Amino acid sequence: MTKEIEEKILSLKGKFPKVKTAILPAFHILYQESGYLDPEGMEKISELLEIPLMEVYEVASFYTYFPSEKTGKYIIRVCDNLSCLLSGAEKLIGYLEEKLKIKVGQMTPDGLFTLSTVECLGSCGTAPVMMVNEDYYENLTREKIDQILEKLSKK
Amino acid sequence: MTEKILFKYIDQPDQYKIDTYIKNGGYQAVPRVLKELSPEQVIDIIKKSGLRGRGGAGFPTGMKWGFVPKDSSKPRFLLCNADEGEPGTFKDRELMQKDPHQLLEGIIISSYAIGANLSFIYIRGEFAFEANRLEEAIKEAYNKGFLGKNILGTGFDLEIKVHRGGGAYICGEETSLLSSIEGVRPLVRLRPPYPAISGCYECPSAVNNVETLSNVPHIIINGAEWYAGIGTPKSKGTKIFCLSGQVNKPGNYELPMGTPLRELIEEYGGGIKNNRKLKAVIPGGVSTQVLPVTKVDVKLDFESLIEAGSMLGSGAVIVMDENTCMVETAYRLVQFFEHESCGECTPCREGTYWLSRIMKRIVQGQGRMEDIDLLLDLCDNIFGKTICPLGDSVTIPITSTLQHFREEYEYHIKNKRCPVERK
Ligand SMILES: Cc1cc2nc3c(=O)[nH]c(=O)nc-3n(C[C@H](O)[C@H](O)[C@H](O)COP(=O)(O)O)c2cc1C
Ligand code: SF4
Ligand code: FES
Repeated sequence: MTKEIEEKILSLKGKFPKVKTAILPAFHILYQESGYLDPEGMEKISELLEIPLMEVYEVASFYTYFPSEKTGKYIIRVCDNLSCLLSGAEKLIGYLEEKLKIKVGQMTPDGLFTLSTVECLGSCGTAPVMMVNEDYYENLTREKIDQILEKLSKK
Repeated sequence: MTEKILFKYIDQPDQYKIDTYIKNGGYQAVPRVLKELSPEQVIDIIKKSGLRGRGGAGFPTGMKWGFVPKDSSKPRFLLCNADEGEPGTFKDRELMQKDPHQLLEGIIISSYAIGANLSFIYIRGEFAFEANRLEEAIKEAYNKGFLGKNILGTGFDLEIKVHRGGGAYICGEETSLLSSIEGVRPLVRLRPPYPAISGCYECPSAVNNVETLSNVPHIIINGAEWYAGIGTPKSKGTKIFCLSGQVNKPGNYELPMGTPLRELIEEYGGGIKNNRKLKAVIPGGVSTQVLPVTKVDVKLDFESLIEAGSMLGSGAVIVMDENTCMVETAYRLVQFFEHESCGECTPCREGTYWLSRIMKRIVQGQGRMEDIDLLLDLCDNIFGKTICPLGDSVTIPITSTLQHFREEYEYHIKNKRCPVERK
């Protein structure tokens, strides 16, 4: 963990009525930095915020947004809840699997993409929807998926 | 078309900036409240307006604030629930994205009413863009003196913090939300004590939804009578209906309470996609009972929907056409609740597991006729026997589809396949 990130986490300490409130903001910082809640980072959070490591893990394990293992550079989260299913999400998930040549839950061998399905993303009026890292992509079609993947592969 | 309140400026691309917001009449309610009204008077206005919570339960907002003790020596907190995770619901996101100051103004007034000097906006982790937008808006409001110490020279202090969640639907439940903010494992808490007495950090707190709070400045400016004059006798004001599923024009529509469901689907939603027939509607998010086409001639308000055998919930209207399998739909929703159960109480934790297994075998053509009674029996053992309403919610897709579409379950079991021919 870089000094800069350490300081960012440390600066959370005085921001709330109780220091433990800083735990979720710290997870977001670590996730931004590492792409997942890596063990070294978790230890650092425990140390900096003075929260026992067990408790840090106990809280972290509740939240599905932060991966606990290394993922691809881009995490694709496709919604497969009701409104998206009614708008054809299932076929698009199949299409993504076909294009990336992986199954849901897997990472491409080049480490670029991880494909996952998630519950409702709060964007059902523009279904089908997916997130790539922190960006939303809405009203998805095969063509749109082609464009998005192409753009990201080139970056 | 009736006048919009919350969405009046939603189509102006820079409404999210403070100058545009002010130009369009914003931040007039804050000085009026802080300079001319006591907290009791504010609560009284909100009570008289008839505003009820837009987060799902429909609890009267003024009454909720009235429960927060005025003489407590402890600090008080206002928590804005922006966890929006009920499948089918996507209104709070649009409100925060396009008109964040409307929400901030509502939070300032509401905090003043309950005597809070710190407020959290608990926003779901996925809404990174909206969280940023709110942070920017908060900065703007500080710079103009609407937030911080001694707001507009009135002696009232308020800080607003944006707190991002981590992808757990249960954190939208008010006590789980409190635990999530406190930084402990966000399990649901037993009530009493209610948050008004012992909420965030064991201090008096009020939890309110984004849409609820966004209404507050308008009620202050235009008066309780004005607001109470919109809607129906018991469901006041407008509601943002989140229309999704198989309609031509899905989206958020702000309409007066009591608008006919048919009107929303046909006129605003442009009817069913691909000229298919309407089969069923879930009128208030996946925690509410599905209505078959024979029951969709209903008005969208708290009372009418209860009469029709469902609920207004969060206002998420999910439309399904003739090609939708109701058994698969129910199965998908049970899977959702199984995934999101916090695991604290046995009926919900074990019940969702078993319901999901039984539904799976019916969907896969391996069900038995006795399974239907087994499902109902399990639902009976969950409903009303759990710590939080999520337990009830898991039974609703099953009992309501069984009530109206029992023959589809029987068909799956008898013929070992789905009756719906998907085109
Ligand atoms: C499982 C569950 C999830 C909930 N999710 C939300 C949510 O995402 N947003 C929300 O405003 N209320 C949600 N609620 C309702 C809240 O508990 C609470 O009633 C609401 O925030 C109160 O605000 P209101 O009175 O302004 O509606 C949820 C309730 C349950 C049981
Ligand atoms: S009903 Fe379910 S979600 Fe609610 S407290 Fe019990 S286990 Fe948790
Ligand atoms: S169901 Fe997919 S975003 Fe809501």
